[in-house]
Amino acid sequence: MRTMFFSQAIDDSLAQAMADDPRIVLFGEDTPLLRRNLLVRFGPKRVRGAPISESAFLGAGVAAAMAGLRPVVEMYMVDFLGVCMDALLNHGAKVEAFSGGKWTAPVVVRAPCGGGYGDGGQHEQSLWGWLAHIPGLTVLVPSTPADAGGLMLAALQHDGPVIFLEHKLLSETWLEFLGSGARRTVQFDVPAEGTKGTVPQKWEPVPIGKAVLYRAGDDVTIISVGVGVHRAREAAQALETEGISAAVLDLRTISPLDKTAVCETVAQTGHLLVVDEDYEGFGLSGELSAVVLEAGISCKYARVCTQTTIPYARHLEDQILPNKQRICASVRQLMQ
Amino acid sequence: MPPNLWSLYALMLKSRLFEEAIAKLWHDGLISGEMHLGTGEEAIIAGVVIQLREDDAMALDHRGTAALLMRGVDPVLILRELLGYPDGLCGGMGGHMHLFSKEHLAASSGIVGAEGPTAAGFALAAQYLRPGAMSVAFFGEGAMNQGMLMEAMNLASAWHLPVLFVCKDDGWAITTRSRKVTGGDLNERARGLGIPAVEVDGLDVSKVWEASHSAIKRARSGQGPTFLHARCVHFEGHFLGFQLIRMVRDPLREMTGIAIPLTQSFLHPGGAALHERLAGLKAVLAAVLATLRDPRRDSANDPLRRARTILQSDQVRLQGLEDQIEQEISNVLSSALAEVPS
Repeated sequence: MRTMFFSQAIDDSLAQAMADDPRIVLFGEDTPLLRRNLLVRFGPKRVRGAPISESAFLGAGVAAAMAGLRPVVEMYMVDFLGVCMDALLNHGAKVEAFSGGKWTAPVVVRAPCGGGYGDGGQHEQSLWGWLAHIPGLTVLVPSTPADAGGLMLAALQHDGPVIFLEHKLLSETWLEFLGSGARRTVQFDVPAEGTKGTVPQKWEPVPIGKAVLYRAGDDVTIISVGVGVHRAREAAQALETEGISAAVLDLRTISPLDKTAVCETVAQTGHLLVVDEDYEGFGLSGELSAVVLEAGISCKYARVCTQTTIPYARHLEDQILPNKQRICASVRQLMQ
Repeated sequence: MPPNLWSLYALMLKSRLFEEAIAKLWHDGLISGEMHLGTGEEAIIAGVVIQLREDDAMALDHRGTAALLMRGVDPVLILRELLGYPDGLCGGMGGHMHLFSKEHLAASSGIVGAEGPTAAGFALAAQYLRPGAMSVAFFGEGAMNQGMLMEAMNLASAWHLPVLFVCKDDGWAITTRSRKVTGGDLNERARGLGIPAVEVDGLDVSKVWEASHSAIKRARSGQGPTFLHARCVHFEGHFLGFQLIRMVRDPLREMTGIAIPLTQSFLHPGGAALHERLAGLKAVLAAVLATLRDPRRDSANDPLRRARTILQSDQVRLQGLEDQIEQEISNVLSSALAEVPS
């Protein structure tokens, strides 16, 4: 076993796949600088810098995938998908259906997401619910280095468009690049378990669509992804001292959702709390309640999500993003 | 009416000192997130903004502080916004990339190229509601590769919208040399859309004033948009803590963390042939060398110094003005930092 940081694990898994499969190419804005370690190993033909033209290079990534390449298209931030959503919504996600299942676009879109470092509401969104809403897109949100590397490998082997979201608070490189920069005067609430951890000697794919029980518990099931998993675990530890035993389920994949795992664990506890850094309305949290209802499971339900545009001010931001206090309060209420 | 260099210099100096104060607060950890300063582009902003009238609008990029300050937005409110205070310009909700002032019809965006459609929309409203008024879009040359900006320029051309498209060209699209990711000539691009293009020295505030003066007149009289292409340098690069600049300023500290994984990766078995790897290494080194040779390191490219050289003929007046502005910014700082909300 080796120990790696979150983004280091993704790049390492990517490198392993690139060495095995010459069809994998990377491109995006500043990619040669950001992925310089891959650039010096695989050369400028496979690691390219793109102009600030998201519609063009993401659309090209989709079509290049249709024509035989395995592109990894890097978006600077998931928020910027707003500029070029057509490439995914009307093209990448539709190819397989429109061609009667005969043609697919195996493109991986790698994008940093999430908040907690004071960059404001246009640069800190999660948006995985918005993306997962579209049939034909696979959406991955890892919460540990081992899952991040394993899911990247699975994404590269998957025969369709995959959105791979890399939470900035977990990423040593993105947090340094955007959050702290050259200064040591700012602190962020970074969950240690998510940023550094053991990874396999040789990467194996982590199956897409498989949740993992991050923590066992009998009284309540907390379901989350990304940084939320760590916030949920912190809350679960605190709740244990109050005599509440909380299970934490890490979805890892938003779409396709692991309905079996969701239903199994909720059926056991009869209490479901969804912790979702994405927007509350019309998203993952509501979807999970529907999954449970459709399965005929009766349970008490609550959610801790982001309800508004993310404020720039750090103290306001900390209040509106799911945090340990809000999760604990919500669980206590749910258990009454 | 010729440009008044004293007023222009006053605006530029005020903005420079204000942004230097912001940089200090950012380094002290009092301002969160990314910080993109406009230091180095003051001549372009001042030369244009000083000519705006009450009803005119501004569409700003992620580097909009200078334009807002020069337009007359209260600097204390801007600073308190950057500090995340509830009585800041946007209630602590926007931050430096998302500064808005309805009163001044000024809107910022951190989405590159978004200034194009915004300026077109402001100009469209002006056509209906405020004849003779106009809008300005400020953006970098990196934005010229963004579809929405190209579309907005075409829209403005087809609808004869009163817009001044101002391209502040520092040669860098984030951390990539723009020429590596840009085809053709930007002025020709604008002309291809039926928009007159004017090339101007973005370090010379009087020249910017003159070039934009006729473009603004053209817009106000209903003759449509103009594209102003002005070169400048950004002293701090894309944003504060810009990695390439850090590497150049403090190579020993910055390079070790970069060089070790880079070397390991370069030597790692599996991957491209040696000549491809060398080409990759050359690209990384070229970026560092480009930063070392970068014009931003040359103070001759400071637009304030250029203006000051001319004004030095009246040393007494210059000293008086500089003292006054320094005092003004110092007062702004004290007011902005005076009361910390509980």
